[in-house]
Amino acid sequence: MSDTLPLTVHDLHKSYGSNEVLRGISMQASRGDVISIIGASGSGKSTFLRCLNVLETYQKGEVRFFGERIEISKRGKPAGRQIDRIRSRMGMVFQSFNLWSHLTILQNVVLGQVSVLGRGKAEAREKAEALLERVGIYERRDYYPIQLSGGQQQRAAIARALAMDPDVLLFDEPTSALDPELVGEVLRVMRSLAEERRTMIIVTHEMRFAREVSTKAMYFHRGLVEEEGPPAQVFDAPNSERCRLFVRQNFDH
Amino acid sequence: MNFQVMIESIPALLGGVVLTLQLVAVASLVGFVLALGVTGLRLSGKPWLVAPAYAYVFFLRGTPLLIQIYLVYYGLSQFPELRKSVLWPFLREPWWCALIAFSLNTSAYVSEVMRGAITAVPRGQIEAAKAVGMSAVMRLRKVVFPQAVQIGLPAYSNEIILMVKASSLASTVTLLDLTGVARSLASETYMPVEVLGLAGIIYLIINFILTRILRGIEWLVTPRLQSEAGRIAKA
Repeated sequence: MSDTLPLTVHDLHKSYGSNEVLRGISMQASRGDVISIIGASGSGKSTFLRCLNVLETYQKGEVRFFGERIEISKRGKPAGRQIDRIRSRMGMVFQSFNLWSHLTILQNVVLGQVSVLGRGKAEAREKAEALLERVGIYERRDYYPIQLSGGQQQRAAIARALAMDPDVLLFDEPTSALDPELVGEVLRVMRSLAEERRTMIIVTHEMRFAREVSTKAMYFHRGLVEEEGPPAQVFDAPNSERCRLFVRQNFDH
Repeated sequence: MNFQVMIESIPALLGGVVLTLQLVAVASLVGFVLALGVTGLRLSGKPWLVAPAYAYVFFLRGTPLLIQIYLVYYGLSQFPELRKSVLWPFLREPWWCALIAFSLNTSAYVSEVMRGAITAVPRGQIEAAKAVGMSAVMRLRKVVFPQAVQIGLPAYSNEIILMVKASSLASTVTLLDLTGVARSLASETYMPVEVLGLAGIIYLIINFILTRILRGIEWLVTPRLQSEAGRIAKA
């Protein structure tokens, strides 16, 4: 029943002028899938992820969220009402955290709940505090983002996404902007989410992590999926020679 | 230095201060409202709205304020239609002419401050708001405006200070603002250094107080500063 799948993508094409960055990508995510997307920079993996909640628009193809087709107008704009509703159910974690700088950590996790989901302040606050506890920065809840380390900011950003009770979580290279010693704390949180069988799409360079937590992996090359399958296949025995080289070169970083 | 003259000038000069503050206060208020509209047009993304707003700012920033005051004060009476209109009782008053010129002039500068502040809000901040499903209006209200206020306030404060000083040009159209009073006292007493010097000191005091107030407002709208101060105080 493809209608009940959280995410299906069919033949997605995107170009900037004459530069084709996505050349026909399809993907299916079932409930509880953790799909990691790997590939060299410029392969289109981040762009693809950003197309899923239409932070980037695309020219051809379709994305369905629980069977509902996301509408894109002829001028390349998503339909406000529909996309706002769908985005609120698709959490996103950015490479550069993007916590709102004028709000405290706690307020960051509360804002979406109150303004988008219409939750009461007390309920939202309680939920935010529980989530901050979970990601290990409850003590920092009254700090402002710039007063925290990158790893703490990213964990707060994950809490902000989780506060919306999303059906799907999108991660756009969540550890790429972090100092190496801070990567572990963020991956630990992500791993616990994967263990809860949340549906996650993760663009990442962390090969070891991706192999361990994914239910499915995709290797992007120049806007196409060159290899996909269970992590054991993609990371250990890919059909594509290029994928094999890419994985080997990146594995120990 | 004749201190006697200086002390005797104070009451008259303070009368001028009232007019100066009145002009600055009303013009900054009117200018602010106009600037909101101009900024809205400039950021609308529609060429036929952007172009007139751009021309407005270009003209008002690119020509001297003194010329703008003269154009309003001497220029408007050239139009018989205006002289017959219901607005004429206002438009022939120098106070209204100065106010119109100041308001238009400051609105151009302030709209540039606003535009700069809004476009300086990082893209990632807005994307994060989109990603949790905020509507366009909510993104503006909850993320863009609060951040733009923090970004733009120092430049806005600067514009207010500049306007206090520029308001001295009101004296050129017969208004007895602080400078106007000082000028006439200086020529009555033949003691320009004492009287104009004192007027300068009064401007300095006004601006000193204004900067303190504006600094206070900056502090109020930037909770992070308060939290840092609190943390330092605790440590």
